Amino acid sequence: MTAQDRWIHTPPRKSATFDDAAIAEIRRAAATGIYDIRGAGAKRKLPHFDDLLFLGASISRYPLEGYREKCATDVVIGARFAKRPIHLKIPITIAGMSFGSLSGAAKEALGRGASAVGTSTTTGDGGMTAEERGHSSLLVYQVLPSRYGMNPDDLRRADAIEVVVGQGAKPGGGGMLLGQKITERVAGMRRLPVGIDQRSACRHPDWTGPDDLEIKIQELREITDWQIPIYVKVGASRPYYDIALAVKSGADAIVLDGMQGGTAATQDVFIENVGLPTMCAIPPAVKALQDLGMHRKVQLIVSGGIRNGADVAKCLALGADAVSIGTAALIALGDNDPALEAEYQKLGTTAGAYDDWHEGRDPAGITTQDPVLAARLDPVVAGRKLANYLSVLTLEAQTIARACGKSHVHNLEPEDLVALTMESAAMARVPLAGTNWIPGNNI
Amino acid sequence: MPAVDLATSPLRELNGALHALSPDTNATHWTVTNPRGQHNIAVGLDAPVEIEVEGHVGYYCAGMNKQARVTVRGNAGQGLAENMMSGRVHVTGDASQAAGASGNGGLLVIDGNASARCGISMKGIDIVVKGSVGHLSAFMAQAGNLVVLGDAGEALGDSIYEARLYVRGSVASLGADCIEKPLRDEHKAELKRLLDEAGIDGVDVSEFKRYGSARTLYHFHIDNVGSY
Repeated sequence: MTAQDRWIHTPPRKSATFDDAAIAEIRRAAATGIYDIRGAGAKRKLPHFDDLLFLGASISRYPLEGYREKCATDVVIGARFAKRPIHLKIPITIAGMSFGSLSGAAKEALGRGASAVGTSTTTGDGGMTAEERGHSSLLVYQVLPSRYGMNPDDLRRADAIEVVVGQGAKPGGGGMLLGQKITERVAGMRRLPVGIDQRSACRHPDWTGPDDLEIKIQELREITDWQIPIYVKVGASRPYYDIALAVKSGADAIVLDGMQGGTAATQDVFIENVGLPTMCAIPPAVKALQDLGMHRKVQLIVSGGIRNGADVAKCLALGADAVSIGTAALIALGDNDPALEAEYQKLGTTAGAYDDWHEGRDPAGITTQDPVLAARLDPVVAGRKLANYLSVLTLEAQTIARACGKSHVHNLEPEDLVALTMESAAMARVPLAGTNWIPGNNI
Repeated sequence: MPAVDLATSPLRELNGALHALSPDTNATHWTVTNPRGQHNIAVGLDAPVEIEVEGHVGYYCAGMNKQARVTVRGNAGQGLAENMMSGRVHVTGDASQAAGASGNGGLLVIDGNASARCGISMKGIDIVVKGSVGHLSAFMAQAGNLVVLGDAGEALGDSIYEARLYVRGSVASLGADCIEKPLRDEHKAELKRLLDEAGIDGVDVSEFKRYGSARTLYHFHIDNVGSY
């Protein structure tokens, strides 16, 4: 290149708009004619709990001694109407994930891990299996639009019911389970032909709107003789109104799932572009409960991107009663394990990025129905790993709560928090660190 | 014969008493009066008993029914016999939308008309409607039979799986992936059985047309995108 050329041609510069990922997706779409389907939740950078800090105690507040002064973690869910509310030892539950999207052994492992630490697991879009009922001391039974595997016997065998209106990865979207995972057993439970691509409805077949939902909840209560709690699960979209309407409809508890929450299979464009990040959905949800005088009476369970005890503590400080984990639980079982890197490479991906859960080729044997792959997961070992992880989450949340002088993790409050950025201050409705300024607080 | 007057007895007492019945109960025939459109009457039953409801009922009557035979002498609201597992539910009047939704088994007979989405997501239930059905009936219907002696509204059997639809009258339009199929002898025999079980005589089964899945949407293909 001559000196003259250097002035004629500027150095190569890639577009910030048409970056490598955008260009690759255009090429992929042009080659295949189908949108990208994948599992997991939003991968884009979102305002999240990392943008919040606890203040801890000092002279104006005094802390509790670690290990010697009690910091309780128990939570009761469903005392509003249910004769048998759920008593959890820790404020962390396992989110709904279907048998079908997960192997039977994975569901068993989730049950083993959760039961070991006194918390609940949740069924999914496909019904209740013997593995999960048998190994889950507390099992929440989901009532979904598809009603796959829905039957009154399982309803009565459950410890709670969760009416699923939506989920954070796809508020307003239906379910999807592609043919590779519709094995004979999965198809039998769902009453579908083997091997087809299953498309679940996005709305319930027999109710629409809050007035209908109220009657539906009453039906479920009548069928179960008002014994067990009924949750309503919503994807985070308009949390203030959705939570208020769920309360009005008679829910005992509400699960609020942010857009970092995972899914077994959904369009990437949906996952990345619809819904609210978890952090900013909590304050309006809590406000709705407070405005109705139902905060702590109707429990709020928050999910979507919970990774560590700090995330748990931040959710509770913002007003949640408990959290729920899905993706993190799968990682604890062994999903995306770097030890399997060679196999991830064969699938064209890498450990930590594998999200083609819908293809049923999971080297970890978790998101698959392939018997050879599924046999790789030892449910006892994996269950122990999950129990360990849940214990760590709890210990971490307790550590933070004690540092803030709280004898129960539920005593954490927004006053314990500050935000590192203006956007997180506005979204979480806590002051920007070092100030008493909450942007938009008067709006 | 137990008689429950819902004008004076709470619904909870009725459903609670019905749930407490043992399989060998002697209280096998119940009469319910003054339902006055209440929702969730006789839901979640699991005993071989007969329930006669004298009047109109609201949403979800006989929801998730197992074994029981429930007769409603009147009209029924939304979600009649939703997710029924077995038994028989009979309504002498009309039924609102989503009758028999996601039903797994048993027989639902509607003497009058059924509104929209009759048999939506049905999973093995048999439904016989003496009148007509509304739009999007048998939407995503997976298994079972829907028999309509009258007409069917728009988008019948949209996104249907393996359910069988029999309509004697006109069909306003078929939904995505739903097509007319030949009515062979085996289907005529099945129709005859269903009509007999529904207590319907004097109908020539050859007057019906059969509809079912073209199975073109079972595996996603970009060329079918217009059907989604």
